[in-house]
Amino acid sequence: MTATPDAPPIEGFKVADLWFDTRYRSYTFQLIALVILFGSIGYLISNLLTNLANAGLNISWDFLREPSNYDINQKPIEYTSQSSHLRASIVGVLNTLIVAFLACVTATFFGVVAGVLRLSNNWIVARLMSAYVEAFRNVPVLIWIIIIFSIMTVALPGPRAYRGEDAERSMLFDMFAFTNRGIYTPRPEFLNPLMGAQIFSWILVLLVLAASFFGVRALTTWATKTQNATGYRPVTWYWTLAIWLVPLAILMVAMGLSWEYPKLAGFNFQGGIQIRGSLIALWFALAIYTGAFIAENVRAGIQAVSKGQTEAAASLGLRQSWIMNLVVLPQALRVIIPPLISQYLNITKNSSLAIAVGYMDVTGTLGGITLNQTGRAIECILLLMLFYVTISLSISAIMNVYNNSVKLKER
Amino acid sequence: MAAKKSSVAFVRKEPLPAMPPPARDRGAAKWIRENLLSNISNSVLTVLSIIAIYYLCAFVLPWIWNGVWTTSSLAECREVLQGVTGGCFSVLTERWNQLIFGFAYPSEFYWRPALAFVLLFFAAAPVLFFDLPRKLLIFTGLYPFLAFWLIWGGPIGYPLIGLLGCAVGYFVHSVLVARNFALGLIVGFAAAIATWSLGSNLVGALAPEQPLLGAVESRKMGGFMLNMILGTVAVSLALPIGIALALGRQSRLPIVKWVCVVFIEFIRGVPLITLLFVANVVLAYFFPPEANIDILIRVIIMLTIFSAAYIAEVIRGGLAALPRGQYEAADSLGLDYAQAMQMIVLPQALKISIPGIVNVAVGLFKDTTLVSIISMFDLVGMIRGPILASTEWNGVYWELLGFAAVLFFIVCYGISQYSQWLERRLATDHR
Repeated sequence: MTATPDAPPIEGFKVADLWFDTRYRSYTFQLIALVILFGSIGYLISNLLTNLANAGLNISWDFLREPSNYDINQKPIEYTSQSSHLRASIVGVLNTLIVAFLACVTATFFGVVAGVLRLSNNWIVARLMSAYVEAFRNVPVLIWIIIIFSIMTVALPGPRAYRGEDAERSMLFDMFAFTNRGIYTPRPEFLNPLMGAQIFSWILVLLVLAASFFGVRALTTWATKTQNATGYRPVTWYWTLAIWLVPLAILMVAMGLSWEYPKLAGFNFQGGIQIRGSLIALWFALAIYTGAFIAENVRAGIQAVSKGQTEAAASLGLRQSWIMNLVVLPQALRVIIPPLISQYLNITKNSSLAIAVGYMDVTGTLGGITLNQTGRAIECILLLMLFYVTISLSISAIMNVYNNSVKLKER
Repeated sequence: MAAKKSSVAFVRKEPLPAMPPPARDRGAAKWIRENLLSNISNSVLTVLSIIAIYYLCAFVLPWIWNGVWTTSSLAECREVLQGVTGGCFSVLTERWNQLIFGFAYPSEFYWRPALAFVLLFFAAAPVLFFDLPRKLLIFTGLYPFLAFWLIWGGPIGYPLIGLLGCAVGYFVHSVLVARNFALGLIVGFAAAIATWSLGSNLVGALAPEQPLLGAVESRKMGGFMLNMILGTVAVSLALPIGIALALGRQSRLPIVKWVCVVFIEFIRGVPLITLLFVANVVLAYFFPPEANIDILIRVIIMLTIFSAAYIAEVIRGGLAALPRGQYEAADSLGLDYAQAMQMIVLPQALKISIPGIVNVAVGLFKDTTLVSIISMFDLVGMIRGPILASTEWNGVYWELLGFAAVLFFIVCYGISQYSQWLERRLATDHR
């Protein structure tokens, strides 16, 4: 009987294998990592507990139910100084979302305009847009916020300038007043609102707008179908206009839309909507700063579409605007949208700079006055971070879904 | 009838000289027609932009041209101007030292941070430009300790011990790394920390009464100097941490991977200002009760982990952009993880990531202005605090804010131009 020479000798398990054998080494490393992780977390928490005990503090969330005792100058929902700290935080969250939404819309507008014009073959316009992008990208947003806030509060006149027979300033169209306390605009109001409440009327308006949107979409689908069948695209622009405007106009007349104008009464304007200088400073600064970044993304996206696509479209005889709308932009959007969404995220995070101009967002209420009044620093900052992380993670989740849906299906 | 003459009276023997192109098709006229007035919408845009530029110039140029540079208060400046449009730039000349060094830094020591700033260029040059002799990197290695000593002063022993600790750690690491990378890393760190703790006790005991350079406390740092300190320190500390986090996120070990993912996503999900609040009011609770870490160090810690998370994401992009074949080639050469990363993967991945890293650095430098919100007196903090609140200069907004904007623009624009140059320089793929 011949011996099998290549049978490996069976060895017992040695302790050294934990470090040198690739089969076990990863477990050893992870165990070490786990021990270090828990060790340092434990060390930090024991420090925390010792320090809290030394300072006579504890972790408690009861303060959220106590009355806040401070006022907030911009209240999207009902709020008084007797409301709880929790309600103050919710007002702050809403204010954050308001300024973030306004800034996102405006920044997209600035960014798309500047990004497209920067590629224009008009020399002056292209240079002007480059100057805009470079000037705003290379200066801290905090400085822009302060500059615009200073313009709002220092350069504009007080309400007093509008008083008297021969006032220094007069209201624009008798509707808008630009003062150092903010901009006053007319407020729309329904005289005979739906079910007696303004809010229901506005919901109805939104519903009608949504219905118009779907109507216009159905119209476009029909037009495309007709074009595919007959070769001629029916002219639809006046139908589109009618679908947008007619139902809205009927609704406005039926509910009795009227405008409440701001009026100078005593030392200040009454009535209308007051848009505070802090909101405008934050909104405009974030929009124009982030707009410069979005302009770069738009430019990069358009340049990422290969020149052959433009030339192919031109050789098909498409005119300039169709080349942009039908060929270049749909392909560029795939590149533009992911960085665009992360810019929206940046706007939301940068809106926390509101505290520099006294706009009462969630950092100003929960992380500012509530924190200082109650001294509950750890709880407040933890809640604040949780809010921002939730927003970021949900936006990232949306972005991932979008990325997967537009990913190039490769062979 | 006479014989018919040739019907051709004249035949030109040589071609006509070429006529010049029509005036509208050459020179400036052509350029203007094609670039500015090619169609109606283009012409409208041109006219609008010229009007915009005109208004901007009409507004800004007289303001700069009539500027006053030598008065000592706003009232005096207004007297000199007598109602003419003009900037009171004298606030910049009069408060120059405060804007640059803050209001508490001892004025007899101003030369020290200024020298450190000049030396920064010499230290950074060999890192930024590869053509310079590599020997200059020695100075780059010494610079952090030198700059610390110049700016903070105090006994020279502390920076020397810091340097010694690094040297000991590096020596131990290089002896042991031949046997095992992880062993070399861990023991090297341990040796460095042991040197520091022993050495600092020793220096504390031996320090002379009157050190060569007088000590300056951290809370006296201010002005643009504070922005520079925070930016450079945080970015240089964040780079190695960011590389480690990026490698950890790519790791095959699930625990390491998830720790890194949670850390990066959490830090990237919150605004910097909340992290600065943490530095201001919460972080002190996590240190041992007897430790008294000053606010500057706490802010540097938070800025460092903030930018480390962003740098990690940039480097992860670089790692992901490397073709799979590079990793497999390293494996097939029999390199272990540490060797493969050091010699094959990281050099290529970092090269791809340089523009992104520079963007993070520029962003962080701009974000250092946020420390003014937690009442540190950086450039913006100085402007909004002591200078605008003073009786002499109450109300000089545009000159000061414009100065801050210009200063940041110069630095950030310079860095981004460098980054573009480097990108062209490193583009070795011949496309």
